[in-house]
Amino acid sequence: MRDVAIVSFSQLPSVKAIEAADEPELVQPVTSDAMKQVGLTQDDIGFTCSGSTDYLPGRPFSFVAAVDGLKAWPPIRESHVEMDGAFALYEAWVRLMHGDIDTALVFSFGKSSLGPVPDILNLQNDPYYVQPLGLDSISAAALQAQAMIDGRKATERDFAEVVARNRKNAIDNPNAHIKGDFSVDAMLEEPYISSPLRKSFCPPLSDSAAAVVLAAGDTAKKLVKRPAWIRGIDHRTEPHALGQRDLTTSPSSKLAAEKAGIAKGEVDIAELHAPFAHQEIILREAMGLGDGVNVNPSGGALAANSLMTAGLIRFGEAASRVLSGDANRALAHTTNGVCLQHNLVAILEGE
Amino acid sequence: MAEQCAVIGIGQTKHRESRRDLSIPGLVRDAAIRALRDADMTWKDIDSIVLGTAPDMFEGVMMPELWLSDALGAAGKPIFRVHTAGSVGGSTAVVASHLIQGGVHEKVLTLAFEKQSEANAMWALSPVVPFQPQLVAGAGGYFAPLIRSYIRRADAHPDTGCMVAVKDRQNGLLNPNAHLHLNQTLEEVKASPMLWDPIRYSETCPSSDGAVAMVLVSEKHADRVKNPAWVKGTSVRTERTFFAGRDQVNPEAGKLCAKDVYDEAGISNPLKEIDCAEVYVPFSWFEPMWLENLGFADEGEGWKMTMEGETKIGGEMPLNMSGGVMCTNPIGASGMLRFAEAARQVRGTAEQHQVDGAKVALGHAYGGGSQFFATWIVSSER
Amino acid sequence: MSEILSAPYVLEYTYTRSTGPVVGRFLENLRYEVLEGVKTADGRVLCPPLEYDEEGEPTTGEFVPLRPSGTVKTWSWVPEPRKGHPFDRPFAWALVQIDGTDNAMVHAVDAGKAKRMKTGMRVRLRWADEKNGTIRDIACFEPISPYLPGPVHIEYEVKPGKHYTAYLRGLQEGKFIGGMDPEAGKVYVPPRGADPTTGNPTTEYVEVADVGVLTTFTIIRIPFEGQKLTPPYCFGAIVLDGADTPIYHLVSGVPHDEIRMGMRVKAKWKPQEQWETSLENILYFEPTGEPDAPFDSYKEHL
Repeated sequence: MRDVAIVSFSQLPSVKAIEAADEPELVQPVTSDAMKQVGLTQDDIGFTCSGSTDYLPGRPFSFVAAVDGLKAWPPIRESHVEMDGAFALYEAWVRLMHGDIDTALVFSFGKSSLGPVPDILNLQNDPYYVQPLGLDSISAAALQAQAMIDGRKATERDFAEVVARNRKNAIDNPNAHIKGDFSVDAMLEEPYISSPLRKSFCPPLSDSAAAVVLAAGDTAKKLVKRPAWIRGIDHRTEPHALGQRDLTTSPSSKLAAEKAGIAKGEVDIAELHAPFAHQEIILREAMGLGDGVNVNPSGGALAANSLMTAGLIRFGEAASRVLSGDANRALAHTTNGVCLQHNLVAILEGE
Repeated sequence: MAEQCAVIGIGQTKHRESRRDLSIPGLVRDAAIRALRDADMTWKDIDSIVLGTAPDMFEGVMMPELWLSDALGAAGKPIFRVHTAGSVGGSTAVVASHLIQGGVHEKVLTLAFEKQSEANAMWALSPVVPFQPQLVAGAGGYFAPLIRSYIRRADAHPDTGCMVAVKDRQNGLLNPNAHLHLNQTLEEVKASPMLWDPIRYSETCPSSDGAVAMVLVSEKHADRVKNPAWVKGTSVRTERTFFAGRDQVNPEAGKLCAKDVYDEAGISNPLKEIDCAEVYVPFSWFEPMWLENLGFADEGEGWKMTMEGETKIGGEMPLNMSGGVMCTNPIGASGMLRFAEAARQVRGTAEQHQVDGAKVALGHAYGGGSQFFATWIVSSER
Repeated sequence: MSEILSAPYVLEYTYTRSTGPVVGRFLENLRYEVLEGVKTADGRVLCPPLEYDEEGEPTTGEFVPLRPSGTVKTWSWVPEPRKGHPFDRPFAWALVQIDGTDNAMVHAVDAGKAKRMKTGMRVRLRWADEKNGTIRDIACFEPISPYLPGPVHIEYEVKPGKHYTAYLRGLQEGKFIGGMDPEAGKVYVPPRGADPTTGNPTTEYVEVADVGVLTTFTIIRIPFEGQKLTPPYCFGAIVLDGADTPIYHLVSGVPHDEIRMGMRVKAKWKPQEQWETSLENILYFEPTGEPDAPFDSYKEHL
């Protein structure tokens, strides 16, 4: 396997609504910035890959317009996944294994402000048995959270503490959407949206875009002093129906973390894509992340949650800390699907 | 590249206007099981799954690979979803081949599907969105002006498009899986109604339900079958829909995509060294256009190859021996069908539509406004 | 900068589902208030029945009748239902394990009060009054104690962005606005935010003429769903004077057999009082009567 590293990362601040930009206007600033940070232009990029979904803007083929934010002349080697940008990063990593090119640009964009995201996500459900019932994503996550409580794996106070810690971490993150010192007791007074989930236990819905540059071997070393080497990366899925799974565990993230080589050393930080507070608890347990691991120093998805981008931002945030020398060994994670059905894990290292 | 990649299993559904007899899980499963049987494998043997399909709105299920994970035996495995417009079937196979060539996995199931009968596809392509010009042209409306440009630039014989339609439909008669089985004469095609001038009804593709699957493996698993198809070159290339000076008839992205695979496969004279090709031709006039774009003919000369019969089975460059998109068009699967049919040719398993002695074949797909391209070259030799 | 445009947009599709032999039989039987599960190869019973179990094994096709009652495995109380939820009064979502089965079904529980909900509680199935062979033929579950699928319909906002907004504002004033990256010098109509050959932002706006060359076209003779006009009509690519990319629009005011590549055409605007932020301010393009542009002058735009 070739050594491949993340060498730069750019994101737009996650906010409630980016009014003045459509897809290409979101893509152009982050891609050009990510390349500029390492002195590259599109001409130096061997492969370009993006992640997005048509259902956010509600238009088929919506990703086609995003190419309008790139210099695509001469024509570029390019692909797109209907998944979070972190999966586009995975495809780019695979592409670099081929050996004929040394650099890749990965980007994603998501404007959650355009439509009712919890209802849109119902369209991920089984179209025969669940979609017709209108199971929104908050209610689906609530079924999982209640199963945690019934299984004595967590309490509502635990959920609130996860939120408080993430949003406190986000105070230092200029790109976070919701940040500050939030009182656990005050959160526990909020009304339920779908019990046992209260507003604070749910992620914000944000607009953002993000880009990273990947480079292989000596090229990575030339571009930056301390590349964030992808030592292992793997993704796994689970059965679809909620009634066929133990919702309080995450065997797919456990397996992906093992395959990515989590056991080969100590992890200092982890960026987990856990949109709902209880999901962080499930993921930590599944991947065996103990109290010594600094989870979500950026504030995670509870502080900034632009769909299709929040996962790539986890990879970028984890890599940034390796690139800067603040972390030696970081875990980056992304989830996809209802109640953590599909999970992607990477281990990033500095040396 | 770390590993050689071989295609050892190919399966497809019978393609029809409507497969009301199958659910969506049943449709993808049907193709996948056939591919696994062809490879002498079971679900347990598969390391990873790569799925491609066109916009989710065609079936109304967002990221359908999540829902289909049970039907695809994906629990505990990686499942990946590609979407690159009309080229998606091709680019999905390219991603799967890279998983093998990069040494990431050893046995990959890749598949693509579309069940167009569940929604009105043309409508799903063109909802009325605020601030966007209203729907005035329909599916052929974007491509008809390009075809007019081609005819003018190449001074092409006006019957070329009809000749392609007759040839592809004759080939389709040889393929039991094809959606359309039409025995048409040139006169019948010429007499069919003009839809998007200069495109006639019989010069357009159908809308189909169908799925296709392939099993791709690394070298050490290739001897499970006696006739693997070796992947010798792959490429994906993209350019923007509109830009100043863009050649929309003979797009640079298509030319570069072909050059990439020829270089990787060590091909210097594609017309001589490639035995046959399955090329994405949704409107018959695209055959001469792509003959030129792929370097099988000089610019402005592609229509002559068609008119002289050189693209028939037995001609110098047989094109779309399976009947192609003109006979079968489950959009998200159409590109992978081209890739799979190319592999069948070099494996010698194309039955009635086999090109005698085919050793090297090209599979091609494109999408968007002639801007997303995917190609591969497969060979019977390692 | 002028105010960014925004407008409501509804995405609504209908689908005709082919449900296959297992799901199809289950849903069809719901019409007759028959609840069944399917057996897996390893002897478990699944309700709702699946064609393939979580291991990817096909289920056997052997159906077993079930009693319409079960146990709540997990639940969530919804005090304020969303649009699209099965009730407009407070209710619970739940995973219900039907008696005699090994999996669980997502459905609603009509319990009246959150206090009545408990994991492990017993529930019975309530049938819908009107049935049409869908999962909503089960209206919901209700506590055992002393006590329609619509089309996909989602409401979005569309925000065309800064550059497209500038273009549409221009149209509102009867002008065509293009965007240019000064380094490349090419004028894009409408402006798209980045020049494709340099990747630089298109920083300058340029007004171009409403007159140009029809480079290529089609005569549309086919009726199709959603069509606004009655065929036949002409739709073509027009490179406006001063622009380097074509726009697409209708061509009219001339018999179809006289429409030619290279014809000079001019925008036919609606009356000014009807102008909006829309390309529909232009009814169509019509011939100017000027001599045709020579082929070489526009062939690079084909």
